[in-house]
Amino acid sequence: MPISIEIVSPEKLLVSQSVDMVVIPGSEGDLGVLPEHSPMITLLRGGEVILYEGERVTSRYFVTGGFAEITGERVTVLADTAELSSALNHADGERQLQEANKALSEAEKVGQTDRLVALMENVQVAQAVVDVTAAAH
Amino acid sequence: MPSLKPLRNRINSVKSTQKITSAMKMVAASKLRRAQAQAEAAQPYAERMERMLRALATAMADQPAGAAPALLAGTGRDQKHLVVSVTGDRGLAGGFNVNSARTARNLVRKLTAEGKQVKILAVGRKGRDYLRREFASQMVTNPMPGGRKRPEFGDAELISGVIQDMVAKGEVDVVTLVYNHFRSVMAQVPTELRLVPMTPEKLDETPKDADQASYEFEPEEDEILARLLPRALSIQLYRAMLDNEAGFFAAQMTAMDGATRNAGDMIKRLTLTYNRARQANITSELVEIISGAEAV
Repeated sequence: MPISIEIVSPEKLLVSQSVDMVVIPGSEGDLGVLPEHSPMITLLRGGEVILYEGERVTSRYFVTGGFAEITGERVTVLADTAELSSALNHADGERQLQEANKALSEAEKVGQTDRLVALMENVQVAQAVVDVTAAAH
Repeated sequence: MPSLKPLRNRINSVKSTQKITSAMKMVAASKLRRAQAQAEAAQPYAERMERMLRALATAMADQPAGAAPALLAGTGRDQKHLVVSVTGDRGLAGGFNVNSARTARNLVRKLTAEGKQVKILAVGRKGRDYLRREFASQMVTNPMPGGRKRPEFGDAELISGVIQDMVAKGEVDVVTLVYNHFRSVMAQVPTELRLVPMTPEKLDETPKDADQASYEFEPEEDEILARLLPRALSIQLYRAMLDNEAGFFAAQMTAMDGATRNAGDMIKRLTLTYNRARQANITSELVEIISGAEAV
């Protein structure tokens, strides 16, 4: 029995199809979702949503964070931004990571504590881009 | 003998005006299609967001009052209002901008009369200019960079950021959005939408199916909610901006269609006057020649 997956960004609906399994990057760790999963709402971190048909990966999408709603029949990923992982660029990721780290250390120095969480997330997302693209690089 | 030249000039100038209005109508029509497509594409996210928000609000309902964030439940007061007015940046769209801005103005007047403190955030140049005339001291700066071709989600997030800041600092208790809802190409309706607090109207009608109440949350509800609410606010703004954009082009198209038709009527009338004058000239010339010949 398949499970339906939707990946939606504010601008558009990216994916709407049936798959056998989905792996989503939950904020507390990756989640493999099979049909009949118990209902759940989770935050996402930057990472890949991976669609499986049987044992085979059919497609990978990179999301920069967001939310996911899981029920027994469907997974809805509300991504902040989403694109095909293959569209990512390793060099861009490296640069982003550097910039994000710099911004973070500067904010730490000045003591802008209110921005730290957001900046740390930027670092995490950039790191994820680097990790995801590392294999292809 | 009336001169023909001014009439001819007049006809030519109306003709070129007609060309411009008819081109603008065509441009507006194609932009309308694009704006509608964009608005439609944003629909799925907003719908699913709402579903999730309902589930969370239901889960939060079990918790003691005061636990819910201000964006959802409000600050518990009703004294300081923020009116967000969304209009177009450009004119030539009939009463489109004025209708929305006037609705915002009336709301501000009403709230002021009730003794509330009102601030105004104007998105869109036309409404800003209109509202600034009356409420210059109450305006909040719009953080959006000018000169955008079309609304982007990033813009909505900037505005939503300002609103969140104000709510967090306790500068506002209630936020109301005024924009033109695109009902059809012929009808754009000025609409008021309550942004903060998001309850009670919209979320109270939660359908209580068993499926909804039994979600697990990871991390805790309040943590998710703290992330989801700003997002939901941005989305509502984004939707209103897109709705407004589509309405704007529809209104512009209708206005330009009317202008083109009026120009056509005017050309017809002027041409008639022109021909009459021309005939009168010829007749009087003939009369002169004939009477000249008779005199000989």
